[in-house]
Amino acid sequence: MHPLFLADTMVKLLAGVPLTLELTFISVGLGACLAVLLAVLRASVAIGAWLVRLYVFALRGTPLLLQIFLIYYGLGQFAFVRHGLLWPFLRQPFWCAILALTLNTAAYGSEIIRGGLQSVPPGAIEAARVSGMSGILLYRRIILPLAIRQALPAYGNELVAMVKATSLASIVTLMEISGIAYAIISETYRALEVFICAGALYLLINFLLSRAVAALEAWLTPHLRRAGA
Amino acid sequence: MTAAVAVRDLHKRFGTLEVLRGVSLEAAEGEVISIIGASGSGKSTLLRCIPLLEVPDSGEIEIGGEAIRLRHRNGHAEPADRGQVNRIRSTLGFVFQSFNLWAHMTVLQNVIEAPVHVQKRPRAEAVAEAEAILEKVGLADKRDSYPAHLSGGQQQRTAIARALAMRPRALLFDEPTSALDPELVGEVLRVIRGLAEEGRTMLIVTHEMAFAAEVSNRAIFLDAGRIGEQGPPGQIFADPVTERCRAFVMRHLNR
Repeated sequence: MHPLFLADTMVKLLAGVPLTLELTFISVGLGACLAVLLAVLRASVAIGAWLVRLYVFALRGTPLLLQIFLIYYGLGQFAFVRHGLLWPFLRQPFWCAILALTLNTAAYGSEIIRGGLQSVPPGAIEAARVSGMSGILLYRRIILPLAIRQALPAYGNELVAMVKATSLASIVTLMEISGIAYAIISETYRALEVFICAGALYLLINFLLSRAVAALEAWLTPHLRRAGA
Repeated sequence: MTAAVAVRDLHKRFGTLEVLRGVSLEAAEGEVISIIGASGSGKSTLLRCIPLLEVPDSGEIEIGGEAIRLRHRNGHAEPADRGQVNRIRSTLGFVFQSFNLWAHMTVLQNVIEAPVHVQKRPRAEAVAEAEAILEKVGLADKRDSYPAHLSGGQQQRTAIARALAMRPRALLFDEPTSALDPELVGEVLRVIRGLAEEGRTMLIVTHEMAFAAEVSNRAIFLDAGRIGEQGPPGQIFADPVTERCRAFVMRHLNR
């Protein structure tokens, strides 16, 4: 292990960090919105619950790698997709990866949010109803704020899992951290050093993100801290 | 004069259990009514029917002369117009046994939530009014605390403040002191007594017989889903006519 080679590799891999973060944040952001919709749908109407369960079953039960392949290689087979409005996006590997990651994390996320929804005390909902709240207002002001606070720690896990999942995007030619790592290895055949560097970068990113989630949690849940703390 | 709250011939069953079997009552403006009875007699269900937290199987509910429209579908009663229910609910104040504060909001945020988001009043006005109410219930210094950091008595006083902030036509109390440690009951009763003295219309489901005797204009003894006896507290608590009411009151006064 040559220190100069390690340093050089690190610099090259750092160039992939923005793409790794873009893939993570865009897909977790969109996926979380979708997850809330799915969880609310699952909690409200019977047919919705059934469809969401099917969705979660399919997306959690198959490998993400396969989902990326299906979207990247599969969608283009359909003429209506090639001639559709979204083709300028779907022809690009970046948006295919985003789509796969989003749909995948939404399935896990909806289960996390569902747990959060179930933890909302019925009394808090009843108090909101008796003050005249219902529908979207009730969700927006009372149910979701309580559910999301409850779901946050588990969602932190999902975020970390997604950072690691973005490495699969290298399979469809995206040069994020892992993509660059494969490229360096194919030039140098020094797999050990390169993978150690890549691993260290993922570790660092996840460390920082975990701290950020913990800070967000502390900020959103002052009521769970001890008085005066 | 129209009654502040009126219910007529309410019936409610849960499965095979008939909890309310034809209860009627009218609360005039400014009247304080205490509702007593053994557990299972239907007193909480009666109170919860007024803002439609339970939908009665049959009967009528009128708030300030406006009847809540109900309809029947597939053998179930349901509100005909949810908008009307929400509007009527926002003219009542309901205080729960277990406080039911919103844990993610401070005391002040709990109090201004419905005025701002349901009644659409200007925030500054709602805050000013909330501060005055918190002052009145003795929680001015707790406005920025979270419910989890308050004692049960303080939480219940916050819940009362939250109900008052709706500028309610009537206040409904569902066993407001039953979840409290004995030494915290007094502070909550003091607040409720103050409200009675202001001439507010109140219906109070309670097990605090001495308190009920003191604050109410009328007491209603519910017995197995029907009004067993009602009258001025002097009669109900000191000299009830029916044997069942007498037995109930004796049991509770001697505790």
